[in-house]
Amino acid sequence: MAATATGIHHRSYTSELRLRATRAEYVRLGLMTVLLLVLPFVLDNFWLSQANLILIAVIGAVGLNILVGYTGQISLGQGGFLAVGAYSSAILSDRIGLPTPLAILVAVLLTAAVGTFFGLPGLRLKGLYLAIATLASQMIIEFVIRRWDWLTLDQGYLNVERLSFFGFEIGGREVFEQQWYWVLLVLAGLAVLTARNLFRTGLGRSFMAVRDQDIAAEAIGVNIPRAKLTAFAVSSAFVGLAGALTAHYSEVVSWEKFTLDVSILYLAMIIVGGLGSIAGAVYGAIFMTLLPELIRQLSLGVDDTLPFLADQLPAVRNAVFGLVIILFLILEPRGLDRIWQRIKDYFRFWPFRY
Amino acid sequence: MSTFINQLAYGLADGSILALAALGFVLIYKATGVINFAQGEFLLVGAYMFYTAFVVMDLPLVVAVLFGVVVATLIGVLVERLILRPMVGENPISIIMVTIGLSSLLKALVQAFYGTSPRSQPNLLPRGSVDILGASVPINRLAAIVIAAIVLTAFTVFFRKSRHGIAMRAVADDQQAAMTMGISVRRIFALAWALAAVSALIAGVLVGDISAVDNNIAAFGLLVFPVVILGGLDSVPGTIIGGLTIGLLKQFTAGYLDPGLATVIPYIVLVLILLVRPYGIFGETRIERV
Repeated sequence: MAATATGIHHRSYTSELRLRATRAEYVRLGLMTVLLLVLPFVLDNFWLSQANLILIAVIGAVGLNILVGYTGQISLGQGGFLAVGAYSSAILSDRIGLPTPLAILVAVLLTAAVGTFFGLPGLRLKGLYLAIATLASQMIIEFVIRRWDWLTLDQGYLNVERLSFFGFEIGGREVFEQQWYWVLLVLAGLAVLTARNLFRTGLGRSFMAVRDQDIAAEAIGVNIPRAKLTAFAVSSAFVGLAGALTAHYSEVVSWEKFTLDVSILYLAMIIVGGLGSIAGAVYGAIFMTLLPELIRQLSLGVDDTLPFLADQLPAVRNAVFGLVIILFLILEPRGLDRIWQRIKDYFRFWPFRY
Repeated sequence: MSTFINQLAYGLADGSILALAALGFVLIYKATGVINFAQGEFLLVGAYMFYTAFVVMDLPLVVAVLFGVVVATLIGVLVERLILRPMVGENPISIIMVTIGLSSLLKALVQAFYGTSPRSQPNLLPRGSVDILGASVPINRLAAIVIAAIVLTAFTVFFRKSRHGIAMRAVADDQQAAMTMGISVRRIFALAWALAAVSALIAGVLVGDISAVDNNIAAFGLLVFPVVILGGLDSVPGTIIGGLTIGLLKQFTAGYLDPGLATVIPYIVLVLILLVRPYGIFGETRIERV
């Protein structure tokens, strides 16, 4: 267990309800805000695009963590739900002509509905059975987006128009990444804040009760079927937003972006970051998005000494991916979040050990 | 009619290989309670191990088979020892995830050593075809059915009659009680993984012989789920029924309706079974309800 903040005595309910209590926490928040605001001015376009991908992944990972980490319902259907968000938002805005913000909103609601539908088996099933059921949902959605030609007007892929809302349009190449960064930063920030606060409400706490001991939860009056389905709906809504943003950001939608590998990648994010931790989902999204790029840079670095590494890049990448998952689960099942907690504890208690 | 016989033979051949793959999966689940998402990669590794021994090292067939069995056993035991044992007591999500990580690792290793292009190996099963009721059925498919049937029977007899088989069933039934009776649960876990790897090896070699030795072999891994859900997650006879049913269903859908639909039909069936009868045809009805 992470150490509780000793020496903090609350004198009112409002102080106890605050998200951050100590000065150190406010300082960290301030530093992080400064960093996030400065980032687009110091990074070049390539790294800024990585940052944008991370911000989208943060939204998706937070969504998945609500379902898996907080409600204990494993889902291998993330890729499929991302696809629902992406396709519906692209089609609604470009073909049907809805204003983009409205199209994204409808896509989010639609994904929540589809997610809830595929969550129905979860009412009777737990653990591995649910994993298999969501695997099936992934396969079925993937089949639909590959085969239903109406979605892409027989092209196999969909081009999406440049994002514009309220008369503002994302600019060309030089400012493209930077403007997207601000849009995504606001949305990702809102998503994190919403999720963080969700678990301070009765609804969020009922999710955790279902995860920890479903029968006991039922005994104290939690409506289990409703909690489970709401968890699927809320989580899929986040995922739908991530999917819609993927579509508008990359400006092209095709089924390759929504395969089972994507579901697994997102699961890896929340495992590596820390199950049942919003901050963990953020760390995991950063780590897993940057990992392939880091491996690429590393293999370029050792190109002269170990040339086979560069030749086998895709294989090396997959091997590292698998190894990272295995090692985290064996060595630190609670992920990066727990490691960060331990570092903080070390400094808080120094020079004592505990 | 002749098309029907043909479809039947192809479906049964696919189905019996699927049953072999699912057998390993059920063994692991029954004995250790682990859902192994890396089962398809076990087929892949098995097929490549055999290919290495038979083609690259040019060993005689029998030695190559033995080599494959030894390596498969070793891999099974190592996986159990290094990856699954530290995970004992973790929640199902973590255990599922660790096998997913394993599948990614195994696939990457095979890719690093052998690349992605398909390898051909000299035919093991007889080629040519026989005439059955006006349909020409390839002999290698029939041979695959026969081999799978022999292996599955051997495994079933092993469970029913042999000391180790009975010990495995005891562990699956009640670990604590089995321990009290002096059965080494650790050894049984290792045995389950080893046997699963061996049955996957046989399935992998059969697929490799019928089509080609390449990365697609791993695709069988996910099809295992419809099979075991249909047959029952903890039932050995269930894998046979489930495997054959899914094999035939896929083949008939591909032959009579739409080849694209055939790839997804097992999963549609899977969802339906989960909704109606989650424990499958032969599975134990021990699912916790909420």
